[in-house]
Amino acid sequence: MYRSANARTELSQRNKPGAVPIRGAIAATFLGNDIRSRILLLGGAIALIATSAFAQTRAAPAGDSADLDALSRDQNQWVMAPRDYANTRFSGLDQINTGDVGQLHLEWMFSLGADRGQEAAPLIVNNTMYVVGPYAGPHPNQVFALDATTGDLKWSYAPKPDTAAQGVACCDVVTRGLAYDQGKVFLNTLDNYSVAIDGNTGRELWHTKLGDVNEGQTITMAPLVVKGKVLIGNSGGELGVRGWVTALDENTGQTIWRAYSTGPDSDVLIGSDFKPFYDWLKGKDLGVTSWPPDGWKTGGGTMWGWISYDPALNLIYYGSANPGPWNSNQRPGDNLWTTTVFARDADTGAARWALPLNPHDLFDHDEINENVLLDLEINGQVRKVLIHPARNGYMYVVDRATGEILSADAYDYITATKGIDLKTGRPVSNAEKAPALGKTVEDVCPAAPGAKDWQPTAWSPRTKLLYVPHQHLCMNFKASDVGYIAGTPFVGAAVDMYSGPGGYRGEFMAWDPVKRTKLWAIHENFPVWTGTLVTAGDVAFYGTLDRWFKAVDARNGTLLWQFRAGSGFVGQPVTYKGTDGAQYVAILSGVGGWPGAVAAAKIDPRVRNAALGFVGATQDLPAYSSGGSELLVFKLAGGQSGSVAPQPNPSHANGAQLETGNAPAR
Amino acid sequence: MRPLGNTGKGGRSCCLGLVAIALVIDPALSAPSPLAAAETDEFKVCADPNNLPFSNADGAGFENKLAELVAGELGKRVTYSWWAQRRGFVRSTLNAELCDAVMGVPVDYELVETTRPYYRSTYVFVSRAGRNLDVASIKDARLNDLKIGVHLIGSDGMNTPPSLALGQRNIVQNVVGYMIYGDYREPDPPARLMEAVEKGDIDIAAAWGPLAGYAAKISAVPLTVVPITDTEDFAPLRFQFDIALGVRKGDHALKARLDDILARKQPEIRALLESYGVPLVQASSRAAETGTR
Repeated sequence: MYRSANARTELSQRNKPGAVPIRGAIAATFLGNDIRSRILLLGGAIALIATSAFAQTRAAPAGDSADLDALSRDQNQWVMAPRDYANTRFSGLDQINTGDVGQLHLEWMFSLGADRGQEAAPLIVNNTMYVVGPYAGPHPNQVFALDATTGDLKWSYAPKPDTAAQGVACCDVVTRGLAYDQGKVFLNTLDNYSVAIDGNTGRELWHTKLGDVNEGQTITMAPLVVKGKVLIGNSGGELGVRGWVTALDENTGQTIWRAYSTGPDSDVLIGSDFKPFYDWLKGKDLGVTSWPPDGWKTGGGTMWGWISYDPALNLIYYGSANPGPWNSNQRPGDNLWTTTVFARDADTGAARWALPLNPHDLFDHDEINENVLLDLEINGQVRKVLIHPARNGYMYVVDRATGEILSADAYDYITATKGIDLKTGRPVSNAEKAPALGKTVEDVCPAAPGAKDWQPTAWSPRTKLLYVPHQHLCMNFKASDVGYIAGTPFVGAAVDMYSGPGGYRGEFMAWDPVKRTKLWAIHENFPVWTGTLVTAGDVAFYGTLDRWFKAVDARNGTLLWQFRAGSGFVGQPVTYKGTDGAQYVAILSGVGGWPGAVAAAKIDPRVRNAALGFVGATQDLPAYSSGGSELLVFKLAGGQSGSVAPQPNPSHANGAQLETGNAPAR
Repeated sequence: MRPLGNTGKGGRSCCLGLVAIALVIDPALSAPSPLAAAETDEFKVCADPNNLPFSNADGAGFENKLAELVAGELGKRVTYSWWAQRRGFVRSTLNAELCDAVMGVPVDYELVETTRPYYRSTYVFVSRAGRNLDVASIKDARLNDLKIGVHLIGSDGMNTPPSLALGQRNIVQNVVGYMIYGDYREPDPPARLMEAVEKGDIDIAAAWGPLAGYAAKISAVPLTVVPITDTEDFAPLRFQFDIALGVRKGDHALKARLDDILARKQPEIRALLESYGVPLVQASSRAAETGTR
């Protein structure tokens, strides 16, 4: 239990043969089955052809992002969790479209063998699918490589986790996915290892330990590879962890740079190139001076969400999490640079601009949500923007070169603040809703998970709409629950979360960022906790906690197809083309994570949650779903689209309601 | 990691094979047995293996000693499932049926069914005796200038009562936070706060009584432990808590047996707590303290 960290021990344990059920070359494992081996050989041949198709881009200098950028432009693949560096999650495939999506059927399945929240996006590179399970089951964070067309298992890799982590890591055991570049697959384990795996064989190439779970640090985000660097952020702000993003050399695992979210400029990588748009962000060491003495040292600002990258500007973008572990009355000041969108130089990590969204955060509103990079025509001018659908309930459209907010409109019902002051970029505070000791504060909207959490949106360049899966929850704060940690009793804030106005707790909606309106919205009983996929077939996909995987018309929200799975959905849908020429759609099924907490409200809509972090990560939605770990892969009946008899559109089997016509944010 | 002596896997104690299997199964995977638990000769306890003075894997904490005492009264032997006592502790242990009791929880703790309290303690100020600080009131003006250490629980509206009360008094510039979780590779992580007092890193610490009292007992430097007073204005924050045993909700039968043992063994239990330096307070002020509940 008190095992000291020993890199050599870790190495030997990790490479221990036999820890992995299936490992090594495909043929060696599977040749016993003639039919399968033929299929595998066929798959291999096609993979070779596919590889040669990218020979041109592969001639780019080693470590150049051009390879991965080009690979992500191949619509047949899905090579990074957000599909592309702009984080659009848009696929140009259109074989599955509004006319034939009703013919989707389950083609094959695969079990990850670890029934906890399945948030990861499968990756598909040259007809190999890479998936990773949560930190649970016999082999926590196990990685599987499958033939993306047939579902044959090629290899698996099981890291050997630190058993001391059990019970020490906080509540969450999810992972949001893998990364890929130059034939390597990159895994983040919950217990802070970054591992490079040979994409062909499953052999471990290197691993680097980035922190210790015994100090409260974990990693749940999907890494992103940019120009030969694996970008990784940490989790654990509630446990006194200081947030960072770290760049590792993809070939060696050596750290190239690390940018902290709090502390002196030298640690935050703020230098002479730093040009924040708003004046209050200019000054020396604001990451120290906006805190009580030393508060920044354990100040949170972790990064467990999404990173995007603009190759033309050579900037990466991400948002940092909430301040911690002090309560708000213990940390007077703006608590920079927590809840902050950063633009950083992709090579050096140097900050170019920063935009704190919730200075002196009162409501646990992390801003780790995705930043979608778009070129939009606004007021007659094409602007390079990023869209940040924020935890705080505002849809920020930001000039991504300068950090200026162009617009910030409520996309959900908000009482916690009274709008965004575009002169300063700061929220207009609502004193009535500020938590205070001994005071019951009611109807704080959005609730602590925000109007939207990590679950990523998708953007269609065809409809020019952003598809937003999100929650619709309010909360009451009351300091009266008895808590108990490590032998120490205390009175914590009781947080009652409940559905926002209208009585629904989740929404899947389409937002026009230029007109700054909601075009249509589907009201779901539960928070919509999956990512989103939208395609050139004008179909948008999302899943629900009550086990429905849905396809809707991206233009008007009409339900086109629904499938009921074994467990609820918190994963990320992806699409790709198989070697058989058919378009496939894949998603992991398996409910878990934070929504279990809010979903429990179904049993009693005003149920007391004994402080946010206490609520269960396991007992999710017992009335609707138990846990699962199934990879589901769909394609059209008959393989190809064709003359399909038109069928009437289904109605939502779970009672969800479509609202159309510039629906106001209620 | 020490093998888990009992993962609660089998409801039957007859089968050695089951026990052997349980030893190698990840406790997180253990599903409750579909069979009703028959009477066994084990008193199954979930406890933190690294948190003196409460418990540790060597059985050196007062909760370990109390477990032995209770097991003796039940005519059973103690078996442990070890789990760091943090968020998810009850969910992952007691409520996952790895055990039947936890040896310390506040009365009214909503996640479990609590027995009658077996002690009541208080948050205290602890300082080096040689400093002669004698600070007792949370409103003492000297707290504006002293370097004060507090335990931090985390965000989301949770922290220790003295740290929040100091925040309410705008005393923040001279307050140093020590995570209650600490570095779990080190022994007894919450003890770092009291060690900071011993070393003179801070002038005074506000800590939960059992932690401070035990530190004073074992410290090489004489420490003064004083219950914190003048806390009434900070309600609903509470500085005193009744501590009980916890069983699974609905396990009234075990609760009744434990209640009986706690009542009968009160003198022994009191002596045990005093031997660990636990500051004990009378329950007389409880009504005022818990008036909001």
